[in-house]
Amino acid sequence: MTRLPQIGWLADGRRLHLQDGPIDLIVEAHGANADVQVAYEAAVRRFTGLLDELCAELDELRQPACPQICKLQGVVARRMHAAVAPFSSAHFITPMAAVAGSVAEEILGAMVQTANLSRAYVNNGGDIALHLAPNGRFTVGLVDRPDRPSLIGKACIESRDPSRGIATSGRHGRSFSLGIADAVTVLAATASRADAAATIIANAVDLPAHSAIVRMPANEFQPDSDLGHRLVTRDVGLLSQTEVMSALESGSGCARELLAAGLIEGASLHLQGETLTVALKQVASSDAQRLVLPERAQHLMDA
Amino acid sequence: MIDETTSTAASQADKIRCDACPVMCYIKPGAAGACDRYANYNGELVRVDPHVVLERTVSHGGRLVPFQAGGDWDGKIVHEPGVFVTAIGAGTTYPDYKPAPFIVSSEVDGVDMVTVVTEGIFSYCGVKVKIDTDRYLGPEAATVRVEGEAIGHVTTGEYGSQMLSLGGVHHLTGGSKKEGRVTCDALMDLSNGKPVEMTIDGGATVVVQAGYPPIVNGVAEERMRVGCGSATIGMFAKQWQGKVDEVVVVDDHITGVLSEHQAGKLLDIPDTGIKMKGRRSTPGRYFQVAEPGTGWGGTNISDPLSILGPFNPKEARPGTRMLMVSTTGEHAAYFELDESLKPVEKPMPSALQLSVERIQENCEPALCTVLFMGGAGGSLRAGVTDNPVRLTRSVKDALTSVTCGGAPVYVWPGGGITFMVDVTRVPEGAFGYVPTPALVAPIEFTLKLSDYAALGGHMDYVLPLASLKDNTEVRQLPPQLTEPRSRA
Repeated sequence: MTRLPQIGWLADGRRLHLQDGPIDLIVEAHGANADVQVAYEAAVRRFTGLLDELCAELDELRQPACPQICKLQGVVARRMHAAVAPFSSAHFITPMAAVAGSVAEEILGAMVQTANLSRAYVNNGGDIALHLAPNGRFTVGLVDRPDRPSLIGKACIESRDPSRGIATSGRHGRSFSLGIADAVTVLAATASRADAAATIIANAVDLPAHSAIVRMPANEFQPDSDLGHRLVTRDVGLLSQTEVMSALESGSGCARELLAAGLIEGASLHLQGETLTVALKQVASSDAQRLVLPERAQHLMDA
Repeated sequence: MIDETTSTAASQADKIRCDACPVMCYIKPGAAGACDRYANYNGELVRVDPHVVLERTVSHGGRLVPFQAGGDWDGKIVHEPGVFVTAIGAGTTYPDYKPAPFIVSSEVDGVDMVTVVTEGIFSYCGVKVKIDTDRYLGPEAATVRVEGEAIGHVTTGEYGSQMLSLGGVHHLTGGSKKEGRVTCDALMDLSNGKPVEMTIDGGATVVVQAGYPPIVNGVAEERMRVGCGSATIGMFAKQWQGKVDEVVVVDDHITGVLSEHQAGKLLDIPDTGIKMKGRRSTPGRYFQVAEPGTGWGGTNISDPLSILGPFNPKEARPGTRMLMVSTTGEHAAYFELDESLKPVEKPMPSALQLSVERIQENCEPALCTVLFMGGAGGSLRAGVTDNPVRLTRSVKDALTSVTCGGAPVYVWPGGGITFMVDVTRVPEGAFGYVPTPALVAPIEFTLKLSDYAALGGHMDYVLPLASLKDNTEVRQLPPQLTEPRSRA
């Protein structure tokens, strides 16, 4: 049985949209026309069957990662494991925490291998793998609520920066969070690593045992969640300024440790309108930018 | 004691396993799978972002019976129903993880038609609300609030109705974050046919729901008045002649007095010595007999005699019979003058009771109607053609027809494509939002394939209609509403 993913263009006619099951990718490449064409063909080829590959090892991918041994076979599955392994002795984490970033990285890799591109990105629902040729740069919009995307700031990544991956984690997206952060955006060397680190930092933004926070076992909502019966955040009431800052401090403490360990390049943490950044020099944030119109939002990747 | 084994078994039975992709999620009732595209709705696997295809049925202009239209009669009474593709669920490019819009072609009357289907994001949009009531909702230009946030204002009234103008770009994006969010939520709820409670500065609290009677200060309105007080006198004067000496139709706008009114004069109804409060406009027509309110005829009174001065002893005589009634017939009382020329309430004679009922009967059911109004901006039009202004011209030249979720729209003349649609004719749940904040509404442009090519259409992306059928939902278009829906 050959199951083909959905392949289409967005209305602008220049961004490729690939979808299969829970994976939605927005892909754009820049370069000579022939190269761009070859890159898109490579992306489609690599994406076809990728979900089946992952699902073949889904049971193992949902198990807590063992820091030393990896029993997984698939290249994406092994990348997921490698991304979470540095955290798995100190935290509960399964390779699923890095699935989005790992897929984005795989597709981008297939494109860059076959074509000479000046810039390219694969955006997997907010977890983004980047390619930059020398002197290239991307301006990336930051969003604090993945369920209601609106821009709270921008970060600029240039070719001389080490970051090639961006990921955002928090309690509003499709996946569950053990913490209360609205969003934690992480820049790291690769998308898979950014994805895993964003999960860990978002979990650390927390106020344990606070009465305004509603937590429920993950498997009450998704029976086959890799988090099992662990309590995930369902709702966060209004917190005082001090509480917000204390939760953000706890998360940024975690982020600074990961930075020192060389696992991330920077992070931006958001909770109830407050933002703390770690090692992100170019994050510009202003309230006025929230009212950005969709047309402008679409062009943020064009800078 | 709860038997744990049993409850686990029961909950196991409730969830379903999705087979749409190899992830094979177990999905609990009311929840969606990992993709957010498939969900468990009462034990049934449903796609939650359906591409909706409407069958334009024959309820729309009677049954079509082709007379030997094409070849031999095939024995069927009804023509194959035309299938119309709507934009609901077509998706926009923002946020980016939704599927891309579709451009669909279908054969209509032998002409290869194109429907360009998109969900438009409307920053410039709002709703116009018509509330069939005489009750005072608030002064003109007063602010309308939801959760304390300004979402619009009271605008100039129309016949028998109070009008609200809600939303618009200033409330959506020009005020505080909360104002924008509350406005967006209120517009979306109103457009999706949900009730919204609003308060009007210096006025009433009103619950508005498209297709339902308004609820003003907790009281559901029933009828829309037949006419103003003066008009009511004109309409019923002849039916009152001989049965009563004086009639006052109480109305916040124009209160009518039978004996002084032109209609009474024509019937030679004698003066009764009545003395009205308020400002006389022309004979038998009075403005401002009381303050506006939610009592008789949209005034603030509960005792109708409070709008009368003492009867003039030179003209009035004991025994004079007087009917006082509101413009909807909802309030009515019958009086006779005693020896001291004071009106005394008496049981209403049955002939007059009939005339009050006749007024009630002629009052149409009170309804809230909500028209969504939005303007298709350049970027939306660019999704249809690479030369947006040609689409505008094509709409103005009537080569392209515009619909909203399959419902007919009125396109406002002038620049741009600004349209209005009755939200009750758009399929359920058709309106969404993006956090800009702005509303997302379906919009379809239908035109000849050749015209589409001529205006620079994206010909490469035209799909045959048949290719959509696998992952689409077929819905009936709702019929036009004339009677209010009843609240469950």
